[in-house]
Amino acid sequence: MRFVARRIGLFVITLWAALTLNFVLPRVMPGDEATAVLSHFRGVNPAALHALQVEFGAGTNQPILSQYLDYLGNCLTLQFGLTASRTPVSTVILQGLPWTLGLVGITTVIAFILGTVVGMIGAWRRGGIFDSLLSPFLFILTTFPVFFIALVLLFTFAVALGWFPISGAYTLATRPSLTLAFVGDVLAHAVLPGLTLVITTAGTWIYTMRNNMVGSLSADYVRMARAKGLPTWRILLNYAGRNAILPNLTGFAMQLGFVLGGSILVEYTFGYPGLGYLFYTGTTNHDLPLQQALFLFYTLAVLVCVLLADFVTAWLDPRTREA
Amino acid sequence: MAEPLLEVRDLSVAYRTDAGDVVAVDRVSFEMARGEFLAVVGESGCGKSTLLYAITQLLSPPAEIAGGEVRFGGRNLVTLDGEELRRLRWRGYSIVMQSAMNALNPTLSVEAQFGDAMRAHGPAGDEEVRARSEAVLKLVGIDPVHRRSYPHQLSGGMRQRAMIAMALLFDPDLVVMDEPTSALDVVAQRSLMRQIKDLQERLGFAVLFVTHDMSLVSHYSDRLLVMYAGQVAEIAPTRVCFDTPLHPYSQGLFGGFPSIHGPRLPLVGIPGSPPDLLTPPSGCRFHPRCAQVMAHCPVVSPDLITVGDTEVRCLLYAPNQGRPEGAAIAAARPAAAPVEVVT
Amino acid sequence: MAVPAVTAEALPAPTAAGATRRLWTSILRNRKATAGLVLLGLIVFVAAFPALIAPGDPHAAIYGQQEGPSAAHLLGTTQVGEDVFTQLIWGTRVTLIITVVVGLLATVIAVAIGVTAAYIGGAADQALSLFTDVFLIIPSLPLLIILSAYLQGSGTVAIIFALTVTGWAFGARQLRAQGLAMRTLEFLEAARARGERQTWIVAMEILPNMLSLIVASFLGSAVYTVAAAAGLQYLGLGNSGDITWGTMLHFAQQNAAIESGNIAWALAPGAAVALLGTSFALLNYAFDEITNPALRAVRKRRGRAAA
Repeated sequence: MRFVARRIGLFVITLWAALTLNFVLPRVMPGDEATAVLSHFRGVNPAALHALQVEFGAGTNQPILSQYLDYLGNCLTLQFGLTASRTPVSTVILQGLPWTLGLVGITTVIAFILGTVVGMIGAWRRGGIFDSLLSPFLFILTTFPVFFIALVLLFTFAVALGWFPISGAYTLATRPSLTLAFVGDVLAHAVLPGLTLVITTAGTWIYTMRNNMVGSLSADYVRMARAKGLPTWRILLNYAGRNAILPNLTGFAMQLGFVLGGSILVEYTFGYPGLGYLFYTGTTNHDLPLQQALFLFYTLAVLVCVLLADFVTAWLDPRTREA
Repeated sequence: MAEPLLEVRDLSVAYRTDAGDVVAVDRVSFEMARGEFLAVVGESGCGKSTLLYAITQLLSPPAEIAGGEVRFGGRNLVTLDGEELRRLRWRGYSIVMQSAMNALNPTLSVEAQFGDAMRAHGPAGDEEVRARSEAVLKLVGIDPVHRRSYPHQLSGGMRQRAMIAMALLFDPDLVVMDEPTSALDVVAQRSLMRQIKDLQERLGFAVLFVTHDMSLVSHYSDRLLVMYAGQVAEIAPTRVCFDTPLHPYSQGLFGGFPSIHGPRLPLVGIPGSPPDLLTPPSGCRFHPRCAQVMAHCPVVSPDLITVGDTEVRCLLYAPNQGRPEGAAIAAARPAAAPVEVVT
Repeated sequence: MAVPAVTAEALPAPTAAGATRRLWTSILRNRKATAGLVLLGLIVFVAAFPALIAPGDPHAAIYGQQEGPSAAHLLGTTQVGEDVFTQLIWGTRVTLIITVVVGLLATVIAVAIGVTAAYIGGAADQALSLFTDVFLIIPSLPLLIILSAYLQGSGTVAIIFALTVTGWAFGARQLRAQGLAMRTLEFLEAARARGERQTWIVAMEILPNMLSLIVASFLGSAVYTVAAAAGLQYLGLGNSGDITWGTMLHFAQQNAAIESGNIAWALAPGAAVALLGTSFALLNYAFDEITNPALRAVRKRRGRAAA
């Protein structure tokens, strides 16, 4: 119980820190961002202007504490103001959310499974051909920046070979529908961005998994499992694998921050209309409300995943429950 | 001797290294009868644990069996087919390791680990697993409610006994133990040893017990096997070996225990250190440290020589090569009594 | 007759000078380390003497527009007629400066916070750890984007600041972990028993032994910074007046360089970033191997017969 309380505590504190960061930064930064944004709004409906003012504390006489509380209240009720093009931020985010959720969600699951299996095989056949080829291969994958891999894939498969579309989530002229053709179209557009993300995410995980497996394979309980006559797959899964993955599940979730960052770059490269692309357009338009809201969303995503990973670890690893 | 339960003949184990092969076990041979308690003793580094893992076919690279046979139940384990070996594991013989904390999977409950072993050798329903788990736990004196516990929730002594319980799941003929008491305090050690002996008498299994704590095991073992530098130095019934050791090494070992009751004597240790097995000494491996070394000891490698009920690897007792005192001792020894353990 | 003992004797307590010397020999013997050093050396050379390799002006927009690679222009030209190769060479300096400065700053902060937390312990440790954890969890690129958005117009300094803020947390956590582990080492107890002052102990006994972790922290920071800085600039958040590899990538992407076939412009800066990152990563892996022998390539070397 204490474990659960501690993890939730960390969750709440980090969320609070992110919210406060968003509140504090515009008020301490040099330069007149607030005015710059406000200048976009000249001659527009006063309610939106007022909302923005509240957000930045510009042009109000409210004491800072009540501004802060107003702000927190707004965030918790998902009122993030308006974008530069005067649509509600929450609407815009909801449009981009499913694309990013799908892309990042599915690729993370694939990368995790792939990473675990490949890492296990590499460790089981340590020193063998598979393992020795794995190292340099992995090295390249994990040190090359995401956007480079994205650009290479874009060039090779979309431009040079023309196998996949260059950008977008689906062919722009078509209307979204639940037909097989549309679904196929969506999948075709998702392959390259998805592949980029799988490659970069799986890379580090394979490396971690393999090293952990090598450690757990040499443990006495694995020798004991052999002594009992357990079949190999069972030893790999329940004895070596379980003890290799569990301590690192939370670490994997924390890596999600990098994955999300990478997804922003990937969406930009492939013109994929998810939250990452929104982030990019937000920066070109100096659209602070949108950017702030997106920042919060990304932070929340990582926090939720870390919390989930913590709970799964507690569920599967009895030692953590006592901690 | 009636048909032996375990026959080890010329077993050798080598560690393949960059610098060459290190022969950790060199042509070890011995037999065990049903229900016998054989203790393997020696210094750290003499190869006793390696011997154990070689016999049970649990070596890992870079160690591998370099020769010899291990006959168990009439079959040679070294050449046995993978699947047949797997089926024999745990049913014919089982193993208890030194540290239960490391040997038990920390993420599975005790019952789950028992169940794993049971299901590996045939279908076993939950009810069956539960019943058997409770039965073996009761055998070793652990409250059956602990079958749902995780290893880290048990005390050191309980964990060790849980391992023994696990080893008895299939009522094996042979239980191999690798220093199971080393991680425990003195009181727990005694208690565990008594329990093991008691179980052995009740269930009738043989015990191959590796340890460096000779005084502890000497109260419980039937025979003692002394190892030195990867070779068998001496095998004899426990009391005989302890009271009248023949090999100069054994004499040094057993002479090192001060007696509470006897006269105060200066402690006599064994000078020098165990040899580097990459380049072991020529001839008899103990000769650099031996107080009774003869001129030809560095030249001739002794075989195991039978002296009454003892087998000893020492030229002192070799006919025509040894010393007159050796011959006298040999003549005075009673003939080997057949080793029969009454269960 | 003494025979060489098989059992390993206890190693003497590590000294500062001895540790550094051992480090150097290990570095030179490791293949990854030499490769990394060579690569890095090359890049540093290019950064220091760009005029020797590309004697033109990177800003000169006087050539034909968006041309592909040719004899006159090894990597083609941009959409306003600048020479890509010249830009690539001259852009090295700023990129390298950003990387090294951020690496140093982030490492200094990480050491300060991590080691302090480990040694002071108690409530201060809890607070510092929480602080570190918060920065560890908050995703870096989104935070970088937000920070850069607020700091826009402040140029390279802004990027350095933002990258440092997001880059110190990982190192701090690792250093704290090692600091905690080292607190109980026996040679420190011995130093305390000898009556050495606390700060003296930290400086002469602990820091030299943490040296490898500190260097590893720096290298890790560098790897992160190279990619993160380029990523930021790629998105258009860099100082657009500067010519760096990231900004080149940005303009290439904005002008659909890949689609129009001018892949040299689009990929060359990316490849350069990859190479710089790789050089630091090689050094980082080499350091990992040197300090953790268990990770070295499997060599069947367990010479001592196990008892």
